[in-house]
Amino acid sequence: MTERGPEPSPELLRTDHLTRHFKIGGALSRRTLHAVDDVNFSIGQREIVALAGESGSGKSTIARLLAQIYEPTSGAITYEGKPLSAIRSRRDRLRYSGQVPMVFQDPFASINPVFRVSHGVLRSLKLHRPELTARQREAEAARVFEVVGLDAEMLQRYPYELSGGQRQRVGFAQALVTRPKLILADEPVSMLDVSIRIGLLNLMAKLRDEEGVSILYITHDIASARYVADRLIVMYAGQIAESGPIEEVLANPRHPYTQLLLSAVPDPRAEPSVAAEIDHGEPPRVIDPSPGCRFRWRCPLTIEKCEQVTPVLSQLIADQPLPGHEVACHVAQTGAEVKAFSS
Amino acid sequence: MSLPVSLGRPASEPRRLPGSGALHRIGRAVRSNRKATVGAVLFVIFFLAALFPGLIAKDSPTEDAYLPKLGLSTAHLLGTTAYGQDMWAQVVWGTRNVMIIAFAVGLGTTAIAVLIGVAAAYLGGAWDGGLNVLTDVLLVIPLFPMLIVITAYLHSGGTLVLIVVITAVSWSYTARQLRAQALTLRSRDFLEAARVRGERKLYIIVVEVIPTMTSLIVASFLTNALYAVLFASSLQFIGLGDPNTVSWGTMLYWAQNNAALQTGQPMWVLAPGVCIAALGAAFALLYYAFDEIGNPALRPVRKIRAPKTRGQA
Amino acid sequence: MTDPPVLEVSRLSVEYILDRGTVRAVDDVSFTVGPGEFLGIVGESGCGKSTLLFAVAQLLAPPARLAGGTVRFNGTNLVGLTDKQLSVVRWRQLSVVMQSAMNALNPVKSIGAQFKDALQAHGTTGKEEIHTRSAEVLRMVGIDPVHLHSYPHQLSGGMRQRSMIAMAMLFTPELVIMDEPTSALDVVAQRSLMVQIKELQDRYGFAVIFVTHDMSLISHFSDRLMVMYAGQVSELGATRSVFDEPRHPYTQGLLEAFPSIRGPRKPLKGIPGSPPNLVLIPSGCRFYPRCPRRWDQCKEQAPGLYERDGSLVRCLLFEDGAKPVPSTADDPAADRSPA
Repeated sequence: MTERGPEPSPELLRTDHLTRHFKIGGALSRRTLHAVDDVNFSIGQREIVALAGESGSGKSTIARLLAQIYEPTSGAITYEGKPLSAIRSRRDRLRYSGQVPMVFQDPFASINPVFRVSHGVLRSLKLHRPELTARQREAEAARVFEVVGLDAEMLQRYPYELSGGQRQRVGFAQALVTRPKLILADEPVSMLDVSIRIGLLNLMAKLRDEEGVSILYITHDIASARYVADRLIVMYAGQIAESGPIEEVLANPRHPYTQLLLSAVPDPRAEPSVAAEIDHGEPPRVIDPSPGCRFRWRCPLTIEKCEQVTPVLSQLIADQPLPGHEVACHVAQTGAEVKAFSS
Repeated sequence: MSLPVSLGRPASEPRRLPGSGALHRIGRAVRSNRKATVGAVLFVIFFLAALFPGLIAKDSPTEDAYLPKLGLSTAHLLGTTAYGQDMWAQVVWGTRNVMIIAFAVGLGTTAIAVLIGVAAAYLGGAWDGGLNVLTDVLLVIPLFPMLIVITAYLHSGGTLVLIVVITAVSWSYTARQLRAQALTLRSRDFLEAARVRGERKLYIIVVEVIPTMTSLIVASFLTNALYAVLFASSLQFIGLGDPNTVSWGTMLYWAQNNAALQTGQPMWVLAPGVCIAALGAAFALLYYAFDEIGNPALRPVRKIRAPKTRGQA
Repeated sequence: MTDPPVLEVSRLSVEYILDRGTVRAVDDVSFTVGPGEFLGIVGESGCGKSTLLFAVAQLLAPPARLAGGTVRFNGTNLVGLTDKQLSVVRWRQLSVVMQSAMNALNPVKSIGAQFKDALQAHGTTGKEEIHTRSAEVLRMVGIDPVHLHSYPHQLSGGMRQRSMIAMAMLFTPELVIMDEPTSALDVVAQRSLMVQIKELQDRYGFAVIFVTHDMSLISHFSDRLMVMYAGQVSELGATRSVFDEPRHPYTQGLLEAFPSIRGPRKPLKGIPGSPPNLVLIPSGCRFYPRCPRRWDQCKEQAPGLYERDGSLVRCLLFEDGAKPVPSTADDPAADRSPA
């Protein structure tokens, strides 16, 4: 269940220099909010990639960019070799949204309360698999409910009759029914009770192993990311700070921010220790930023270059090139030992 | 079988059909809420009077077959007018006219308001801007003077004219309200989920958004019906309706023309006046009750008489 | 216990009178808090922890009502006191930090103005005095006093929460009650806030009752831990004891449900199922449907709180002289559809 899936094979989705800005402020003071800046990553088949970061890091914006809710300000998203910008016709859009559906965070707001829970599933079937008859649709809805661990008779219930965990499973069922290749899961367990989360996380692992679906798991909880994901991408202030195979990144975090995050994660089983240097700060809202590392105000290891040049995500040089472990930090890239925050 | 926390349903309870469930819930809600019960009872009385006036009033309302200015009696429950017409018949038959106007205007304004308000909220951008300008222009102009001007221009009209004019002028208020509610819904996840699913915009508006606004839509129907009763009667009273229609407002018009109050015929004014007030109250009570049913936060908080806790010293 | 407890809650029960019936959200809860002690109250949604907090602070409003029990603060029973009598205690000796600062702070008033309100409401009137004290408490929580002029929306989430704590510290009370003050914050801000609270506690010696759903967060900060389930106390003991040796199957399940970032990766189970509906209170143990260690008697007999090695556990497995025989007839994993 928590075994790593088979080695990630051909890539399914890739982003190149993905950027999204928002205009804020009134007519007199127009400013630009850099929600996502120059983000490059890829997702392979049959893998769960965790996109972790605090609020304001840009992770939810990335999900919405991939779901085509927002258009990129610049940069490209490529799915199965073809750029998303080429998707224009309704049929193509429908096909993409069937293959890359989204599961939302809030189980109480993501299902229309007026209809039975079968509504969304049946609608998805009608839109994406029009060749099915009504009876086949119902059978498929029942099948998908079983896959996510719900009784088929629950299709007739109304959302208010289901618990939060059950509603999230309905959300996954709605995504599954279109035979997706990649599910965008935007913090699917954050609003659930702790004792219920594991069930959903196990479901996600099952979907990867048995249904062959990749999942982009967006979260702020690194521990849950470790539980299900194969790779980890850590975001800070709209950019990727570090990424790589999850065990590797957690064992050897090279970016000071990753280290800070890991030191702040409470672990009941660990020895109680209150770290001496505790950072008070919170991630910034990036408005009209100047070049340079965005973490520099909180980083104890800054060098001159950090103030002037925005670091680029790249594999570590002086070390053995670790497959896939990349860091966007000048200090780390010089090969020096990075020990900013102890966990 | 895991029991959901919020509901007390044991596993074995039979499933009910959705339609009967809703009606059952409404019925129970009406019975439990005092305002709703009174309003409903009043409304039903008028509704029946409008449907079956002939059963309730035996005389014709228009035929001046009797002696004028008769007082109350068993033959004429409310007496006769200065023209010898039976007033009880007039009041009862007049109900039909008022109810037709109330319903037609209620439905018409609500339909327009829903279309414009919800579309503006969901389409956003230039559409929202344009529709807002239209709504705001109408909002700013005082309703009743505008009604007077229009009906006077049309040289006074029958029921149909009244309906059309009042509808055309009143939809803007409710459109504003519905737009506001639709705007709050717009960011709800389930609408974004529908969009990501690939639904068309029109589908989302009609199937996903509007059903979640039913309580506000019903409430706006009731408000508009109420105001229709008041406006129509007022227009008829000042002579802008067709004076030959049998209606409460026209009764008031004729009563005024004959100086009914000064010449000792108070019932000519009281009867239609009380009816207008009563039907208006019926709509208003139903509106408040509906609001409470739809929004539990508005329900009157039951005073809980806390038992004296046996004080432990 | 050398010093008398600051707070002594005894057999407290709270009911909600609703259309569909009466819900007993808090059922017969008792605990004490000693001076300077940090008590963590942990539980998931619907366990009654927030209701308990409101009841202790005498903030219940209809349709909730106190159905029994006492709340003794420094010996005085707060239950049944009028608002006037309570105002002597409120804020001066007992203050409350609410869950979401954005909900609790007035958005149209500056922080300084809100501090002034609180100070004036409880007797401090001198302008000089008010300003000094307000600046002092802000400095206590690590905020520059210039922010007395700021409005809540101008502050970051973490700063807002810290100003809530500052407000609670205005009169250096003996007991501060906190209802999930960190849940809206990110992990780094959460940790820094917890450290801040602990530092203040060490310096000023007040007791803290901290309600949260995040057990792992509280583990490094609380002295004692109380786990609630379905309105009742299911386990209560020293934090280290509860973590190292959880006795109640629910506590065990909860601890198992936290994936770790260190150590080996292993499959976890969580606790499938949902808490019981509190309108129809089951006859036996409330955790029975979800318990992996249940036995037949658990269905009929509601367990009391039994003591074991200094902890209290509400489980028949710990009944004095209990000889639990796990039921072989039914498989605990059956009829538990996932939640």
